Amino acid sequence: MDSNEATTSESVSKKKGKTKKVKRKVKSDEAPVQEMEQAEGEETEKKSESGPCFPPTFSVSEIKNKQRRHSMFLKLKEEKRKQKLELKKKKKKERKALGDKAPPKEVPKTIENQRIYDETTVNPEDEEVAFDEGTDEFSAYFNRLTNPKVLITTSDRPRGRTVRFCEQLATVIPHAHVYYRRGLALKRVIPQCVSRGFTYLMVINEDRKVPNGLVLCHLPDGPTAHFKVSNVRLRKEMKRRGKDPTEHVPEVILNNFTTRLGHSIGRMFAALFPHDPQFVGRQVATFHNQRDFIFFRFHRYIFKNEKKVGIQELGPRFTLKLRSLQKGTFDSKFGEYEWVHKRHEMDSSRRKFHL
Amino acid sequence: MQHDDVIWDLIGNKSFCSYKVKTKTQQFCRNEYNITGLCNRSSCPLANSQYATVREEKGLCYLYMKVIERAAFPARMWEKVKLDRNYAKALEQIDENLIYWPRFIRHKCKQRLTKITQYLIRIRKLTLKRQRKLVPLSRKVERREKRREEKALIAAQLENAIEKELLDRLKQGTYGDIYNFPIHAFDKAMEKQEEETESEEEEEEDEEESGTREFVAEEEFEESDLSDFEDMNNLKGSSDEEEDAEEQSSEEEETEEELEEEKTKAKSKGKTPLKGPVRKKRAYVEIEYEQETEPAQKSKAT
Repeated sequence: MDSNEATTSESVSKKKGKTKKVKRKVKSDEAPVQEMEQAEGEETEKKSESGPCFPPTFSVSEIKNKQRRHSMFLKLKEEKRKQKLELKKKKKKERKALGDKAPPKEVPKTIENQRIYDETTVNPEDEEVAFDEGTDEFSAYFNRLTNPKVLITTSDRPRGRTVRFCEQLATVIPHAHVYYRRGLALKRVIPQCVSRGFTYLMVINEDRKVPNGLVLCHLPDGPTAHFKVSNVRLRKEMKRRGKDPTEHVPEVILNNFTTRLGHSIGRMFAALFPHDPQFVGRQVATFHNQRDFIFFRFHRYIFKNEKKVGIQELGPRFTLKLRSLQKGTFDSKFGEYEWVHKRHEMDSSRRKFHL
Repeated sequence: MQHDDVIWDLIGNKSFCSYKVKTKTQQFCRNEYNITGLCNRSSCPLANSQYATVREEKGLCYLYMKVIERAAFPARMWEKVKLDRNYAKALEQIDENLIYWPRFIRHKCKQRLTKITQYLIRIRKLTLKRQRKLVPLSRKVERREKRREEKALIAAQLENAIEKELLDRLKQGTYGDIYNFPIHAFDKAMEKQEEETESEEEEEEDEEESGTREFVAEEEFEESDLSDFEDMNNLKGSSDEEEDAEEQSSEEEETEEELEEEKTKAKSKGKTPLKGPVRKKRAYVEIEYEQETEPAQKSKAT
């Protein structure tokens, strides 16, 4: 009887310790069954009275029974969480107690913090970069010699969504014209554009009725950038959007283009828009680079006072990811590529970004 | 001996032939020497001891002929004749080679040659045009990119970044004289005052009101400009400067809206003194007092 009692008491306690779901009525049946497991269970149970503590060699994954394993795991998690909370509380107390002498708060690690330093990061005072920019293809624009004129077209046979996207882009970018591509070869289109004074050629590639690629070609011998386009939202689909954009020239915001490559892409975007934004229109186009994704947004802003500005999104939004940058105009076969996204080399690290 | 009829009985109609492909309405023959591609008595290369075909290899057409004399030598059974590249000459060559052959085979050979030349021309034309390159997408990579994009979007905090940038530009003065907001120092001073004495609002309000009255008076001129802005639904009639003044005297910025509403109710363009509405804004409890006459009435009723 003693042994039975002992076993029953142990089994009860074991149940309490191990399973919440097993009903107590079954305990008498389980007692003989559990004799075999007691050998294992005893080790664990003897050392623990309150809460599941485990001997160092035991791991939750060794329990064969799924229900029990699950409940043990939950308990383990609970324990860990409690410990974490306690630690936090303790730290907070200490901090309070120390007052001014407390050590400075630790900054949490983010991907941006942990980003692998890129050697090509541009230093604002770098002379070499300044010299390069003075003589590159965009110098004509930045020296105010040319005004941008953009030709927007698509791949063959565009579907409705792409066509509407092109139209909306044309309203966002001043001096933009949309032309229907009638199966013309780009290599023949480009000289014609140059002769008509266009500075940019924008080709929106379409796949399965959705725009998915963008080729941006700076015309007089300029670089050609190929982007992957995703998350296109047309004006209809925007929540809380304002009225249509007006004809005023918008301002341009370029955020986070730090490396040399990023810098050249940033200049490419800047050269799309005319030099002098009309502040009366209060419109701003933003190209924000975050982790190699370039987010495009178009807003109308209003300054409520000096500390607050309200923005309202108009216009389409989309994200771009640079796939390749080619030196000359569009030539996929014989072009000289300045930068190509190679997945196996460049995507291996989560902390390395190129723009 | 070659018994074509026997062979046809064995493999042809409704029998099994390994080259035969049956569909609902028709039977096709997959034999590479078949001239029409259908499974017929006259088109079957196995059941006809005298047979000819035209086939194409790497852009060149060849005429294949089979005669009964060579039926015993399978290795040498098919005679291959290279046809001229010129279509008309090739037709003549066919005629010349199949001179006393049955009309059917001659006709079908020429038809086949025509078709082959047509598709060869088409291939050559298409290769000169732009060819669409299909790039396979790896599903895993696409999913990964999508997820990374979402995370990047969250990390970017676009609205905050844009607002910050715009405010920086305002401070730097890129907008010139378009917006006439009060000077930095004045604002900062007012903010400090606000932080220090949050509890003693009333007195502060009095003090600030006297200061802000001057402020309002100076800025009166600007209100007409501001009222021309679009999207000023929130700021109906009241001006930005009024909000400035109110902010300085208020604890939270959310109460701006209350103020605005009260302003609109009062239908003031912000030229009235601020005492009344500002006072109202604080925690406000309405207490109803029962009138003493009521219980008397009740007692009368009962």
